[in-house]
Amino acid sequence: MSRVFVHGLGAVSPAGWGVAVMRDAMEKNVPLPVQPLARPGWENPLFVRSVPPPPERPAFFAHPRLRRANVITQFTVAAALEALGETASLVQGGRVRLGIIVCVMAGSMNYSRRFYEEVLNDPATASPLMFPETVFNAPASHLAAFLASNAICYTLVGDDGTYLQGIALAAGWLADGKVDVCLVIGAEETDWTVADAMKRFRPDAPHGAGAGAILLKKDSASDAIAELALITDSFPFTHSQTRVAAARNMRAQFPPGPKEELLCSSVRQMPHLDEAENLAWSDWNGVRMSSRAILGQAFQAATAWQCVIACDVIRQDKFAGVNVSVIGANQQAMGARFVKPAFRSNT
Amino acid sequence: MLFPAPNLSGSANPNRVVITGVGIFTALGSGWQINAAGFRTGRTAFRPVTLFDVSRQRSKIAAEADMPAGFPATKLSPNGVRRLGRASRMLLHAAHEAWSQAGWNADENLPVVLGTTSGEMSLGEEYLQHAVRFPRAKKQQPTRIVHYQIQQQALDLFNAFGFDGPITLVSNACASGANAIGHAFEILRSGRAEKVMTGGYDALCQLTFAGFDSLQALSPAPCRPFDAARDGLTLGEGAAVLTLETLAHATKRNVAILGEITGYGAATDTHHLTQPHPEGNAALAAMTAACACAGVSPEQIDYLNAHGTATLQNDATETAALNRWAGRHAGNLRVSSTKSGIGHLLGGAGAVEAVVCLMALRGQWLPPQISLEKIDPACRFQIVNKPVDAKVEMALSNSFGFGGANASLIFRRWS
Repeated sequence: MSRVFVHGLGAVSPAGWGVAVMRDAMEKNVPLPVQPLARPGWENPLFVRSVPPPPERPAFFAHPRLRRANVITQFTVAAALEALGETASLVQGGRVRLGIIVCVMAGSMNYSRRFYEEVLNDPATASPLMFPETVFNAPASHLAAFLASNAICYTLVGDDGTYLQGIALAAGWLADGKVDVCLVIGAEETDWTVADAMKRFRPDAPHGAGAGAILLKKDSASDAIAELALITDSFPFTHSQTRVAAARNMRAQFPPGPKEELLCSSVRQMPHLDEAENLAWSDWNGVRMSSRAILGQAFQAATAWQCVIACDVIRQDKFAGVNVSVIGANQQAMGARFVKPAFRSNT
Repeated sequence: MLFPAPNLSGSANPNRVVITGVGIFTALGSGWQINAAGFRTGRTAFRPVTLFDVSRQRSKIAAEADMPAGFPATKLSPNGVRRLGRASRMLLHAAHEAWSQAGWNADENLPVVLGTTSGEMSLGEEYLQHAVRFPRAKKQQPTRIVHYQIQQQALDLFNAFGFDGPITLVSNACASGANAIGHAFEILRSGRAEKVMTGGYDALCQLTFAGFDSLQALSPAPCRPFDAARDGLTLGEGAAVLTLETLAHATKRNVAILGEITGYGAATDTHHLTQPHPEGNAALAAMTAACACAGVSPEQIDYLNAHGTATLQNDATETAALNRWAGRHAGNLRVSSTKSGIGHLLGGAGAVEAVVCLMALRGQWLPPQISLEKIDPACRFQIVNKPVDAKVEMALSNSFGFGGANASLIFRRWS
């Protein structure tokens, strides 16, 4: 099996556009403020952690495929371009084969809700412009079009843990030689329908939005940010495997690890939701960090942020190894481990 | 461990991948036998839509399936069965047939790879309607939220048959089912697993129906793929599930083998979100990649199950791609689109059409499209328009989707 390295990171989050502002928010360690979101039929609004407008309008907004694209696509493309860096021009020039994997759970809910409201009002006049944007793979398609990338491109749907399956899939494509580099993006957007659904299950966990992206290459340690060390099996929540058991089984696939390492978990600082994950990692003596408590609960985007943060702290030589633990909303427990590439020495 | 991935075969050479179980559910009926009889004769299953109001739509027909009164015996509780939506039921009918045929056991670490575009979208529609009309009502809303989500349908499979493993849900629009089977094939070929359950499914729902109608992509009459006078697609619904194993694993179990998957190719068309490139570059790339994977050339393909939606643009693009791909052998290539009988199953299409290819390989016949009146003169290949027996050793199935997802699969007869 080939070794796989992380060569780029990108993020759009409630902290703003870019990895740097997300890093700042994590270093401040203060939950980002929530914003009200009107919910039809209710006097009181819902609360979400939405993405602030970009400091300046990104140039890619002017691309013909992106002018009317849904918000989740804007997040996807922004995070992807940040992670790609100069590799973007190589892809656009046809010199590098780029695999694209976009992972979503709720997907393009805003256009889906608006389109279906039009259908309920009068299906004969529902907008043909909006319907194609409701399809799960619209963000991946727009990104591929922007980059003129004709290589393989998948959209995976599932709960928070699916983003880690996306990384494993990318590693497989790289190992099989299907692509030269591969982007794995997790993205979500806010809508009152999602926030309303969240409130019914997790009233204290405001829904967030944004995207996170990592760029992977195989056998290319030079200039790498981090190395992918492992992705655990997926441990689904079934009649025969409770959340607690799934979390415990996921934890068991990690190596013991030294104390100096970091655990980047998916806990939300809410004991009733965090029980399975806290039990699984009760023996962890190292440092712990939870990005969801700061940035919000944004399903696959939130897992992507965990991975971006994990690789970013390795890039900064704060930790030599980071374990990422994800107990998803309703499907699975999964984990990943990133380590410092062997060529880099401590500074 | 998903990474580093194991090589369970212990060999550096790719594994051969075989099919040991198949389940199918379409508007023709539930199960291999009734569907094979229907596809062999070119039976059509279109009728007025009854599931939702289409009085204000341009098209008023679809290949709507009748749900059987009974439900297969599974490990689901009666309440669990009662909560299943239409898409889940179709998926479980197909999965039960495939599972029974494969003779797999419960409690195994078994990967599942499924393709769908909408999952249980009708429950999402109900959720929104109730949330708007009765904003304070709570009854049944949590159930709708849970069962609407695509991952729940995969979890239902686990709970129904008592197994678990990694779930991969591919949503590449109308290529989802083919991409799912292709991904399952690659998992086995590379030795990352010894067996995988895979397939695709989608049920009719108002949002999707109205969406295609808004694009004026639906025909008011039953669709006529590759017809010179074609005027749009007709939607359908259904599911197909395949149990795949490495040849070594199937041989060790001494189980009947139904066919072999030998090739998979995928490519992305960046031309437009809903319109394919007129020259069919990505379709050509997908077919070429599938042939390279299988180690075959176009003239070795005895039957091609086309994506063939019957929209002006899809069929023109696919025709251009097929003409280029088959080259001077195009005149010998036999093609049909079985969407002429069961409609376009979206995320289920690639999986159901994979099963149709298997039926042709096992039965040594070609599925006709009876509705064809005047073939589009751009087609340099043959369209199968009447039932015919034929020697079929290899079949290729095409699936293309919104967003430029293109996938091709190649199947070989097992003898």
